[in-house]
Amino acid sequence: MSRVRTLRQQEGRAGLVLISPTLIITLVVVVVPLLWAIMLAFQDARLINIRRVGIFGNYTLENFTYVISEPGFWSSLVNTLVYTVAGTALSIAIGLVAALALRDRFAGRTVVRASILIPYVAPVVAVAFLWETMLNPQYGIVNTWLDEPIAFLTQANGEFLGIQVPVALLTVIAFEAWRYFPFAFLFILARLQALPKELDEAAVMDGATPTQRFRYVIMPQLWRIIALLSVLRFVFTFTKFDDVYLLTGGGAGTEVVSVRVYNFLTARDDIGASAAQAIVLAVVLVVFLIIYLRFFGGGERDQ
Amino acid sequence: MSRDSFERILFRCLKPLVILALFVVTAFPFFYMVMLSVRDIQELILEPGSLWPTSFTLDTYVNVLTRQGFVTFMRNSAIIAVASVAFTLLISIPGAYAVARLRFFGRRQVHFLFLAVYLFPAIVLAIPLFVLFTMLGLRGSLIGLILVYIAQTVPVTVYMLRNYFETVPQSVEEAAAIDGCTRLSTIWRVVLPLSKPALMATGLYAFMIAWNEFLFALLFLVDRRDSWTVSLGLSQLAGSIEIPTTVLMAGSVVLTLPIVIVFFASERLLTEGLTAGAEKG
Repeated sequence: MSRVRTLRQQEGRAGLVLISPTLIITLVVVVVPLLWAIMLAFQDARLINIRRVGIFGNYTLENFTYVISEPGFWSSLVNTLVYTVAGTALSIAIGLVAALALRDRFAGRTVVRASILIPYVAPVVAVAFLWETMLNPQYGIVNTWLDEPIAFLTQANGEFLGIQVPVALLTVIAFEAWRYFPFAFLFILARLQALPKELDEAAVMDGATPTQRFRYVIMPQLWRIIALLSVLRFVFTFTKFDDVYLLTGGGAGTEVVSVRVYNFLTARDDIGASAAQAIVLAVVLVVFLIIYLRFFGGGERDQ
Repeated sequence: MSRDSFERILFRCLKPLVILALFVVTAFPFFYMVMLSVRDIQELILEPGSLWPTSFTLDTYVNVLTRQGFVTFMRNSAIIAVASVAFTLLISIPGAYAVARLRFFGRRQVHFLFLAVYLFPAIVLAIPLFVLFTMLGLRGSLIGLILVYIAQTVPVTVYMLRNYFETVPQSVEEAAAIDGCTRLSTIWRVVLPLSKPALMATGLYAFMIAWNEFLFALLFLVDRRDSWTVSLGLSQLAGSIEIPTTVLMAGSVVLTLPIVIVFFASERLLTEGLTAGAEKG
């Protein structure tokens, strides 16, 4: 090529060269495997016969019909939904309360703030093991405070004030709220501290009480960040594997779809069915997101 | 009493209580973790309710590090984390610079790709990667795991770094160009020295992801004990009856401490980075 390039063309080429390592690794490790996962979901694939399952292999819907008719699939989907909605709502609500409480300076705020962040930055394996130990029916410290020990993580149903409650599921949800409220706290606090003081002061001058100021001055300015947080937490929690797997292994009525995906993949060695379940999970997630954006959308699009 | 003064008094009383409750709920479990790790298992069984051990011991740490092999696990985790950080930075610095400064074909679409990767469920990705690594015989090798971590962090780190690079004044770069810097030497001599805080935050983010990650470590490394990471090691040993809980608690402290130290050494940088790039988790 003897043609001289313009500076603009050189810039374009340089841009592509510099971005290419990023693109290559995301393509090779994320995009291509994703396409392959979709293909596997429509094939009869096991680790033993995987080399014979080619691109042009036999495509079938069998995995999907098999997975959907398996006992436990629908209940795990319901569990996933309950776990996600409750975990998301609780973590954001506690995060909001924490952000409001720590908004103004006070002696020791740095320490409290640091302490609040630890559950979120600590490794999930360590905190899950810590919870397991604390809730252990024999020597867990929480059970020494109770009159009667409760098997928080291994008991599917229990009675509380005469009502049947799913003990293990609630415990897992509590864990989720405890571990991820710092995430909401960080975002909401950052937003709170960026709010213009004048509005709040004007409301005080107009005689608004603290709850009125919260309801009519602060909340309207926080809705967008809360909407964004809801989407993020919903997406992450819906497909979360680590927390439930480590706490209960999916037992005691806490089986979520991602744990089933893992079990099909490793214990049953049924790659096709595992992939099919993962795809169903992803599709349900996308459907929920679309519904959400339809009803509440608009605000977070420009974030 | 008017509604206003009633509410003011109420919130003035409630606020310290809420703050105290938050502090206890978050700090107490970690205090308990440390206290359990320095006592003998016998003491825990006899007195499960006690918070302060009657006799302190560090044998638990010696046991977990040597007998249970946590030294090896820590070495593996360190290799994985350091390699992930190095390669993530190496890949995302030019990428972020390109997105921040250079007009190239597809620049707008790149954002969409990154957002998709960021929100993408790891569990879907786990299946084909598990199959692929089994076929290639890469299961049990740390290299495969490092590759996955890089791919998972790069989209976020590119985004974090891009935001920072955009704040570097363009005129400084132009001055460097006039002084004879090529594009790469401009990045190396001008942009990077100016972006040290962002580079730190990005590196720490990559470190945290690599050190804390569990699912892919479980899928790829579980068959080979020599290659376990600290997270995987603790999760695998937690099920066994032979190892006392207090010893495993020492293991959790060993697992948690590096992250907490790293986090508080750089808390300011990292929280800014986290809210800018929001850790996946």
